[in-house]
Amino acid sequence: MWRYIGRKLFVYLLTFVIAVTINWMIPRFMPGDPVRSMLSRASVGNPEALQRMNDYYTGVFGFDTPLHEQYLAFWGGLLRGDLGVSVMLYPQPVLDIILRSVPYTLALLLPAIILSWIVGNRIGAFAARKKLLDNTVLPVGYVLTAMPYMWLALLLAWSLGIVAGVLPTSGGYSPTLRPEFSWLFISSLITHWILPFLSMFIVALGGWAIGMRNMIIYELEADYSNYLQALGAPSRLIRRYAFRNAMLPQITGLAVQLGTVLSGALLTEIVFNYPGLGTLILQALNNRDFFVLQGTFLFVVVGVLIANFIIDIVYVLVDPRTRVQMTGGAA
Amino acid sequence: MSEIAGAPGTADAADAPEPTAERKTSEVLHFAVRNPKLLIGLGIVLTLLLTGIIGPFFIDHDPNEYVGPQSQPPNGEYWLGTTSFGQDIWAQFVYGLRSTFLIGAFGGGVAFVIGTTVGFVAGYKGGIIDEILNMLTNVVLVLPALVVLIVATAYLDVRGIFVQGVFIGLTSWPWAARAVRSQALSLSTRDYVDLARLSGRRTWRIITTEIAPNMSSYLVMSFILLFGGSILIAAGLDFIGLGPSNGVSLGLMLESAMKWSSLYLGMWWWFIPPGLGITTIVGSLYILNVGLDEVFNPKLREL
Repeated sequence: MWRYIGRKLFVYLLTFVIAVTINWMIPRFMPGDPVRSMLSRASVGNPEALQRMNDYYTGVFGFDTPLHEQYLAFWGGLLRGDLGVSVMLYPQPVLDIILRSVPYTLALLLPAIILSWIVGNRIGAFAARKKLLDNTVLPVGYVLTAMPYMWLALLLAWSLGIVAGVLPTSGGYSPTLRPEFSWLFISSLITHWILPFLSMFIVALGGWAIGMRNMIIYELEADYSNYLQALGAPSRLIRRYAFRNAMLPQITGLAVQLGTVLSGALLTEIVFNYPGLGTLILQALNNRDFFVLQGTFLFVVVGVLIANFIIDIVYVLVDPRTRVQMTGGAA
Repeated sequence: MSEIAGAPGTADAADAPEPTAERKTSEVLHFAVRNPKLLIGLGIVLTLLLTGIIGPFFIDHDPNEYVGPQSQPPNGEYWLGTTSFGQDIWAQFVYGLRSTFLIGAFGGGVAFVIGTTVGFVAGYKGGIIDEILNMLTNVVLVLPALVVLIVATAYLDVRGIFVQGVFIGLTSWPWAARAVRSQALSLSTRDYVDLARLSGRRTWRIITTEIAPNMSSYLVMSFILLFGGSILIAAGLDFIGLGPSNGVSLGLMLESAMKWSSLYLGMWWWFIPPGLGITTIVGSLYILNVGLDEVFNPKLREL
């Protein structure tokens, strides 16, 4: 088991180093002058202030030092938790801006991932090998996974938000309120959360249902299922065994799908103008605020790596075979 | 984007089909024309492809040109209505279909070439090369593709469909590499591959003549999934505003519909067609893939 976790940790560490290196390389090796193109959209009227910002960012990039020193300085800043200073909200540190958006993204992402996984697996397991149900679940599932996240978000916003007028379609809470710990504010948070959550949940649902259905069919063909059936076991029992076995690939699938669901969350946030990382990325792009953009990138990568690691540990806990290796059993 | 959805071979990883003569081709065809999923999926994809290829020839103005009255709902003259600038949405849709298929073929193609190469080499060679390639695959797999693409393309001042395709291909190959690797691994221990190796043939020829043909159906299905995946990623990039500059695509249509608040103006004809187009193309591709899986894999046939 420790070997398994150690290998995984090594890959994640490597990924982190590569992500940081990509982050460092992109502004330096892409065509054009990053400082000038970044400040071209900054709304600074005063030329003196612009000059100061220009000096500051040139200093941050450290263009006058050799490349390897730039690289080391970049890592140094990173390890101190310094992601630079935002252009659009100068002089706020990037880290503060990101940390303000993260709770909103997490509030959308975590429930959407976990609930869609659980519900999708149930639906898929239930539909497998049942002619009529299967013939509806399968096409619906494929259409759902084929949907761009932002399109379903637009459809829901339009139908439930605009036409039916039951739910708000923009922002994280009502613009007339201030963040505080009161019933009014919390209920506003919740009503603004429902639509983005729902659209993510629905799109993610299809993939899990299909995956589970395919796995169950495969498991029901396995020898142990046939044997149980020959013994006369009730089909409920056989399905329960099949379900437990089919869970394992679905847990791995959770890790693989993380990136997709995450991009879905970013796109959904943009549709609903939800104050999370997606909207932040859009603002950063519109203002050419590369520091915020790159800070968000690193933050997202670290988040995905941590989530992957958690999934790995869950996998070890769920699958006894990975634990056997710890006690010296056959690999 | 959909590594799980209908990924081929969760069920048939162990037993790749054995090589046989022409009789097999006719057998495949026999099942193909009797498979409704395959026929329906293929029919829809081909119809949309034809619309994207032929349609633009019947439109005599630029899709982004301001041609008509503003904010018109669908009518006889403008089949899908007009935007709030007076652009013809049908024209944009038809051109958008064309570029959607292009980006799918291109991004999917690049990802397919990288993925299968890495998968074959890793699965066939094994040992230290396998370890290294596997690690590389895992690294790229963990990185969230869309976010990497956002950061990478944000610095480009001019973006074309070509560059977008290459970038998408570079980030979306890992799961295909994994799938191909596991298949190649099981095939490379077969007797006929050993025989080919003994006869002193080059590695590359063994891969292309002995291993690849025996998993051709698998490769076709992987390509279809990569194709659909790159369409979805491209749509996401376009929607954020990192699409091809001055281009037309279904994702860019969604972006401008969002940017000019069609939602609040009630202009449903602006944002429904592009999303519906993407969903239909990718959804039919997936269903087509299930059909193919049933045709190639005798275990799944229900006849």
